[in-house]
Amino acid sequence: MQTALFIEQILNGLQLGVMLFLMAAGLTLIFGVMGLINLAHGSLYMVGAFACAAVAAATGSFWLGLAASLAAAAAAGAIMEILVIRRLYERDHLDQVLATFALILIFSEGTRWLFGSFPLYLDIPKLLQGTVPIPGGSRYQLYRLAIIGVGVAVAVGLFLLISKTRLGMRIRAGESDREMIGALGVDIRTLYTVVFALGAALAGLAGAMVGALQSVQVGMGEPVLILAFVVIVIGGIGSIKGALVGALLVGLVDTMGRFLLPQLFGMLMPPSQAGLVGGALASMLIYIVMAFVLAMRPQGLFPAAKG
Amino acid sequence: MTISRETVINLALALLLLAIPYAAIQLGNPFYVTLATRMAILGLAAVGLNIALGLGGLVSFGHAAFFGVGGYVAGILASHAMSMQPFNFGLFTLSGSNQMPVIWLVALVAGGLLAAAIGAISLRTSGVYFIMITLAFAQMTYYFAISWPAYGGEDGLSILIRNQFPGVNTMVPLNYFLICYAVLIAAILVSMLIRDSRFGAALQASRQNEVRVASVGIAPFRIRLAAFVISGMMTALAGALYADLNRFVSPSMLSWHMSGEFIVLIILGGVGRLYGPVAGAMLFVMFEFLLGGMTERWQFFLGLVLLGVVLFARGGLIGLLAGRARHG
Amino acid sequence: MKKLIAASIAALAMGVSGIASAEPIKIGMITTLSGGGAGLGIDARDGFMLALKNAGDAAAEIEVVTEDDGQKPELAVQIADKMIQSDQVDILTGIIWSNLAMAVVPSAVAQGKFYLSVNAGPSPLAGALCNENYFNVAYQNDNFHEAMGQYASENYEKTFIMAPNYPAGTDALTGFKRFYGDDVAGEIYTQVGQTDYAAEIAQIRASGADSLFIFLPGGMGIAFMKQYAQSGVDIPVIGPGFSFSQDVLPAIGEAALGVKNSSSWAKDLDNEASKKFVETFQAEYNRLPSIYAAQAYDTANLIVSAAGKASVKDAEAFRAALKEADFDSVRGKFSFNTNNHPIQDIYVTEVVDEGGVLTNHIIATAFTDHKDAYAEQCQMQ
Repeated sequence: MQTALFIEQILNGLQLGVMLFLMAAGLTLIFGVMGLINLAHGSLYMVGAFACAAVAAATGSFWLGLAASLAAAAAAGAIMEILVIRRLYERDHLDQVLATFALILIFSEGTRWLFGSFPLYLDIPKLLQGTVPIPGGSRYQLYRLAIIGVGVAVAVGLFLLISKTRLGMRIRAGESDREMIGALGVDIRTLYTVVFALGAALAGLAGAMVGALQSVQVGMGEPVLILAFVVIVIGGIGSIKGALVGALLVGLVDTMGRFLLPQLFGMLMPPSQAGLVGGALASMLIYIVMAFVLAMRPQGLFPAAKG
Repeated sequence: MTISRETVINLALALLLLAIPYAAIQLGNPFYVTLATRMAILGLAAVGLNIALGLGGLVSFGHAAFFGVGGYVAGILASHAMSMQPFNFGLFTLSGSNQMPVIWLVALVAGGLLAAAIGAISLRTSGVYFIMITLAFAQMTYYFAISWPAYGGEDGLSILIRNQFPGVNTMVPLNYFLICYAVLIAAILVSMLIRDSRFGAALQASRQNEVRVASVGIAPFRIRLAAFVISGMMTALAGALYADLNRFVSPSMLSWHMSGEFIVLIILGGVGRLYGPVAGAMLFVMFEFLLGGMTERWQFFLGLVLLGVVLFARGGLIGLLAGRARHG
Repeated sequence: MKKLIAASIAALAMGVSGIASAEPIKIGMITTLSGGGAGLGIDARDGFMLALKNAGDAAAEIEVVTEDDGQKPELAVQIADKMIQSDQVDILTGIIWSNLAMAVVPSAVAQGKFYLSVNAGPSPLAGALCNENYFNVAYQNDNFHEAMGQYASENYEKTFIMAPNYPAGTDALTGFKRFYGDDVAGEIYTQVGQTDYAAEIAQIRASGADSLFIFLPGGMGIAFMKQYAQSGVDIPVIGPGFSFSQDVLPAIGEAALGVKNSSSWAKDLDNEASKKFVETFQAEYNRLPSIYAAQAYDTANLIVSAAGKASVKDAEAFRAALKEADFDSVRGKFSFNTNNHPIQDIYVTEVVDEGGVLTNHIIATAFTDHKDAYAEQCQMQ
């Protein structure tokens, strides 16, 4: 039974990691190409979840909702880029932080205005309900496995996109030399909008998939955003590979910490005490890991070419 | 030195803040005294942040950590004084205190120590890394405060009776305002001294050109760390005052929205201006109170205003009134 | 804002003309009307107002000022200060959350105001920090958990228990174990605001427990119940009434069916006051009332009953009138213990599907005339 539990927890950690990767990939891509820090990335996650829940409720189909979440988040991202973000590329990080902080307020309160304060209902699609057997004799939820699958597919897709396609070539060029690709005749404004919308769509996808598992409500993006920051700081800002490694590391450390730390303290003190102390430490564990990584490597595990 | 337009505006702002509570009492609406006190305290927190952000260019998105630590110092010391239970450190014990000067001293020390620890790691990085790391560290203290049950955890900690200041009845709202106001003015004087000192010059130079500073034999890291620590101490002091204003401390003082609010205060008032944080705090509290009274959706409009300020009115309020900042 | 000014003008006018006959009472209601917890505050406000409306002329001199605390302690404190300093209210009430109550109540009662709790009942206010001007008309926080502990000790052998890592969570598990004993199948503290419970569900699955007690209020409970239903684990769930009250049942959906929980009131409770309450509430607001509405309804009726006996300006007489609890409670019997907290029956209820609407029905009585565990620590005479 203990091995089965262990395997299940590792899968849980992977699932959290994969979800964080979807968020972190967009953040790190946007930073790598445009040099922009976007606090409102969590709002795009929320937009995706609300779009999915609203469309799924109206049509009865989760899959239409999922498509809507991609479209809505990408559209929100593109509009955000054209109206606001575009004016911030040449500004310092302080202005970027503040403007995107203002966007969070607008998105959160605006969503509450449209949908009300109560959580929306979004259920897992029929096709993915239920559990499947896993090694060790236990069972694992099919939907969570599907999330892991989607995450792996997106990771592979992103690597192919960046290494094999024209768009990817331009993205790479943009990361290494912004003036240069303008000179090469690439329409840099469109490129930026496309990259931003791509990052937004990934966040929206994550929001929709997780929304079905948890609850769809205003403010749901903020805790995830901060975890995604931790991920890209650990991985190295601007590096997709770093985002993937960082996301899996954070996902596994967080899940295993919550699982193992109370047990560890249980050997030293009575169980109710151990639960409290272990729980407190587990909630800080990823930040401690982050501090440790940065003390060793201030630029993260996979530093991008430039900062 | 000729008196610049900005100096006149600064003086006017200081007098205006001082006048609000007196006017409120004259008009028979004593609650505005509390609002003015809030302005002074939030202004103080932002004056602290401004030393790191305005002078040193260190965009800390985690100053709520220091604010909260100051608040918890006030809450914890007061609760021990109340229950007469000394702190037990094994080898020795210390009693709690409900005297503001003692609390402030401890808050300054605690804020400074935390800033030194966070700064020592965070200042190894720069730019976006620095923003995110300070944010993450503040989140760490937030989660710690929530999950550590000894001092109320998420429920927070009540200070039943406002802590005392020798010779003053602090429960009288006007008296407490005057205390906070005095501390605010003192902090502004300190930050003026810092700005005009050799240390301040080196700090500002390190913001503009790190290589040049390093080449004249000054270590930018140490200067920045010192500035970060001073900044954290001031914000912690503001936290202690804020706890006494509300007679309550909770993890929400440590939340990242609080960190964001401090930056907002500075931008609203005008970056790098001595009185910018004060102007920002006055605007923000007034805005929150008036809009909050009109609509539950006030945060939506706050967002729009902020966006407008960042995109189109970068100098903030003081920039608007006093013209472009001196670049030095 | 406008409402406030009008109110203070009215207060001023009365002061000048010196009307002294039927003493008006001014009540400040601070409750949560926006944000994630708004549903609870709205129910409390509506229940309170309904009672005043039903009371008719008896409540004619009662004026209520309502403000939204947004579930933020510092905002609640600010509002309380304003209500005491500017509006000069006689009684404060309405707070839903324990942490907000802890921020507001001690200083409000220290300034000589009455505070009547419609929901929150943190343990310090029942014990060491109890005050003669503080009356809790709802429950002490531990009560519902204690009832489930009693129920579990009678019906199960190995219960797994889980709550968030914050004071209300530790109080919940302590309260449960006070009547169940320490021999639980497992004990987990989760993070506050946690949304993914995969790791915990895995541990529950592996524990071999025969029942699961959870205290996860608000969004946490909704997320957990959905994930638990999907996980294929079929250990029965029990919990305090807060996690399965009328306001959250629709969001949890079918996953809640059959869950046993505890409450001091359910809408099928058989007494006249309760029937009238449910009937008029549905007529007025077109929805089923929750426990929060019921408690606030009782609170308002308590104030009306005391106002009929004494002037609120005569604190001592008014306090004595409140203490008598001479009103028709929707909970049937209701009286105050020495620490001004309720002595009441607590029931076990079950979530059922009533013609397409999920609601709770009473199936057993867990405690008769139950008192809280902190009354002895209260030094009040």
